Amino acid sequence: MSIAEQDPNAAKVARETAGTETPRRWLGKSLNRVEDPRFLRGQGRYLDDIKLPGMLHAAVLGSPHAHAKIISIDTSKAEALPGVVRVVTGKDVAEHAAPLPSFGAGPIVQDMIAIEKVRHYGETVAAVIAENRYIAEDACDLIEVVYEQLPVVLDPVAAREEGSALVHEALETNTAYERTFSFGEVDRAFEDADRSVTANLYWPRSTGMPMDTNGAIGDYDRGTGVVTIHANSMNFTYFLWLIAGSLKIPAGKLRLVPVVAGGSFGSKFFMHKVPTFAGFLSMLVGKPVKYVEDRRTHITNNDHHGSDRRYDASLAFDDDGEFKALRISCIDDYGAYLQFGTGTHGNALSQIVGPYRIQHVEYSLAAVLTNKNQQGAYRGFGAEVSNWILERLVDLAARDLDLDRVEIRRRNLIPAGSFPYRTPTGNIYDSGNYQGVLAKVLEDVDYDHWVEYRAKARAEGRHVGIGVVASQERSVFSSTEFWFWFDDPQFTPTSSPESASVRIGPTGEIVVTLHSQSMWGNSPETVVSQVLAEEFDVDPASVVVNYADSQNALPGTGPGGSRYTVMVAGAVAGASSELKDKIRRIASDKLEVAEADLEFRDGGVGVVGVPDRHLMLADIAMTAYMFRLDLPPDMPSGLAAHCTYDHPLTTLPNADRSDLGIFYPFVGHAWHIAVIEVDIETGKLEFLRYAAVHDAGTIVNPRTLDGQVIGGTVQGLGTALYEEILYDDLGRVRNESFEHYHLPSSMDAPSITVGHQETPSPYTAYGIKGAGEGGRMLAPAIMSAAIEDALSPYGVTVTSLPISAEQIVEWATGPRSD
Amino acid sequence: MSDKRVVRVEVNGAWHDGLVEPRRTLSDFLRDDLDLTGTHVACENGFCGNCNVLLDGETVRSCLMFAVQADGRSLTTVEGLAEPDGTLGRLQQAFHDNHGLQCGFCTPAMLLTAHEYLEAYPDGGTDEQIREAISGVICRCTGYQHIVESIRAAAGGAA
Ligand code: FES
Ligand code: FES
Repeated sequence: MSIAEQDPNAAKVARETAGTETPRRWLGKSLNRVEDPRFLRGQGRYLDDIKLPGMLHAAVLGSPHAHAKIISIDTSKAEALPGVVRVVTGKDVAEHAAPLPSFGAGPIVQDMIAIEKVRHYGETVAAVIAENRYIAEDACDLIEVVYEQLPVVLDPVAAREEGSALVHEALETNTAYERTFSFGEVDRAFEDADRSVTANLYWPRSTGMPMDTNGAIGDYDRGTGVVTIHANSMNFTYFLWLIAGSLKIPAGKLRLVPVVAGGSFGSKFFMHKVPTFAGFLSMLVGKPVKYVEDRRTHITNNDHHGSDRRYDASLAFDDDGEFKALRISCIDDYGAYLQFGTGTHGNALSQIVGPYRIQHVEYSLAAVLTNKNQQGAYRGFGAEVSNWILERLVDLAARDLDLDRVEIRRRNLIPAGSFPYRTPTGNIYDSGNYQGVLAKVLEDVDYDHWVEYRAKARAEGRHVGIGVVASQERSVFSSTEFWFWFDDPQFTPTSSPESASVRIGPTGEIVVTLHSQSMWGNSPETVVSQVLAEEFDVDPASVVVNYADSQNALPGTGPGGSRYTVMVAGAVAGASSELKDKIRRIASDKLEVAEADLEFRDGGVGVVGVPDRHLMLADIAMTAYMFRLDLPPDMPSGLAAHCTYDHPLTTLPNADRSDLGIFYPFVGHAWHIAVIEVDIETGKLEFLRYAAVHDAGTIVNPRTLDGQVIGGTVQGLGTALYEEILYDDLGRVRNESFEHYHLPSSMDAPSITVGHQETPSPYTAYGIKGAGEGGRMLAPAIMSAAIEDALSPYGVTVTSLPISAEQIVEWATGPRSD
Repeated sequence: MSDKRVVRVEVNGAWHDGLVEPRRTLSDFLRDDLDLTGTHVACENGFCGNCNVLLDGETVRSCLMFAVQADGRSLTTVEGLAEPDGTLGRLQQAFHDNHGLQCGFCTPAMLLTAHEYLEAYPDGGTDEQIREAISGVICRCTGYQHIVESIRAAAGGAA
């Protein structure tokens, strides 16, 4: 079935890398990561490890108020402190810079430093550049700011009412965006269905919270006018002109250098606040300036808090458990700015029906501005929230029907024979075998055993609960999700390519250049090394990987939306294919055999079936570089290839947006089962069993995939049980340090068994699908389900997160919640 | 500044002298004055353990200590765990073999904390004991499981 035209280059790559008869040599093996040794020795070269000659250090003064006019700023005492080079305020920004980039619609302007008023607690009001960070921080304490406090907007529902104070006066409302999408005949389906369940659900604001905060070093070269910025993020190399715009420099004069990051999880996704800021400070003083967020600033003023959503959601179904329609209405508290637009809801629409055959969907969104930090990306990018909503509704439906929670899901799964499957929104699921994953997880965990165990434990008065949930894991966005919200969008990108350059040097060494930020905890170097090993049969540890700076970069989008492995594998495969053609031509000349009789083996090229007729890559490369007259006449010297690999399969939305097109089509599938025991006196949980089975298409490296699944799951447990950024009545963050913002520790995390099924994607290189976010898509839903099950004697329904120990105790011992 | 003080510390077997302000943290002293940037700071107020180093064999939070407090004492940082030629030490190798790191930011502190633990429990103890031993070091990437497996493997492996 042909669903859409595949990108022709991507189609070629998919064809060439599709499974061959011979088993794969290097892909699919749990090789040790090539990134590891430098990090194990403490030689990671993170941003804060880098020192440039003459480098100065910046610290910022954050607003103590959530909403206030800046009346005056007196910097004289700060300036008088020895070691202070310059104090910077909004006045400097107004004079020398333009606002920060924004992907949101409407007049929602954000500056690097607040100019007339502050819109959230912790927003930057001034900065100090000094000889060292100690002095810079001391000087920040000496800056005197007079504020006039304004009414604070915190509740997104009240913020929508007439007469509310406004976060952005120019917008004339706090509702930055509002729309309802309808797919199919939702009203009719709800009327016709035998039953429905409805829930009001709340997903709390948390954040990716990497151990390494966002940081950058600006290095302005007065001579050339080039602003070099070393930053621990570089996404979207083709959007960096936006940063140049904020700095008011020609785009070509901006040079971003990607630096390794100690984690992102969304918080460094198209990170622009910190790099732009560091570049600006450097331009002001003409010297390198380092700015690294401290933890408090990261929590109160980073680029990306996660979703903060209130839902009214309903699922219609028949008496036999067949799902019919889904209606979701969401008020999303975006905080003070709309930097990344409503893309996180576009993301949710890519897999809004989960793995189920639901035909009719309505989705309403109100994006509301309040006096909180801006919202953006967090692992799952909004789809983790929608999966929690869907799985909550499914559990409620099971309860309504008194039907087993596995059985109700099984009855609704999309059958294995129906791929590629078009979902109601228009996005497709490329391939899958959901029944297979379910069967495997039930078997891995010995589900029946635990059902019996639970019955016995309950008879003894123990509170044992089982959670069973499923999720899709969409991967590889095409970028239309950022603008299909509008009938008449101003800017409609449809491209999100990734590039790779592969060079085989004269002595046969393979050096690959990647063209975006890559290493932030994922394994880009291992992935490309394994792909190159697969193509050339070389030792992956011998491949050298480096990263281009933005002036040298080909189009690169970087990690995000579980796209990087798929896309970089495609780019490396594409470049390899070109090189292999050239190598074959040279080798066929040298060995005097037809190209078709050649194969890549043992670090070179050999004649099929003739072990001793073989040339090493070095032999061929030396010829390619040095002996032009030995080459075929039309062949230029050298052995290098570049490939820009475009999104393999994407289509435009239609005019009335009843079809959003294909925008996130490589879709993995997973099930998790957790068995927990709850101590109702303390609210503490014990994990008796936690099992996960994921299908992410062809696996590059099973062990690193396990690492992503386990790490993401534990992060999801944090969302489910502990994490929330708490704003008080005045809009101040109450938990701005790790003392009060609890991250899961080794004692909180379960031991997880991870299983895999491999259903290749027909559209991608090697059939790989992305898989970086799945754990966090399932864990909140599974904890909700398992706790609800354990507390079933008390009639508990989990409708908001995080589920605290106190809440559990209250449910079990206090008055019933409803 | 005139109120600077001399500190003398042994780090990974070599003695270093420094002239520091009394308020200079040990982590800043290691990172900026001695260029030992393997010690990482993630919260600067004692809650994440990412800055752990060994002081006379015991883990301390280097962000909470002043450099002057380490005067005359002996420190081990992550840079002291590998052989001089860069060959990974046993624990490091076990982390490598068992995917005990993702972004690598918490890894130096994890290694040193595990090192201290294995000195006390050379046979590795139970998973529960390992989890307890590392519970003061926050890792945002791994979910800890492969770290626990790495430490167990290091205990089992020959030196
Ligand atoms: S940096 Fe020292 S405990 Fe967090
Ligand atoms: S490996 Fe990233 S914080 Fe532990």
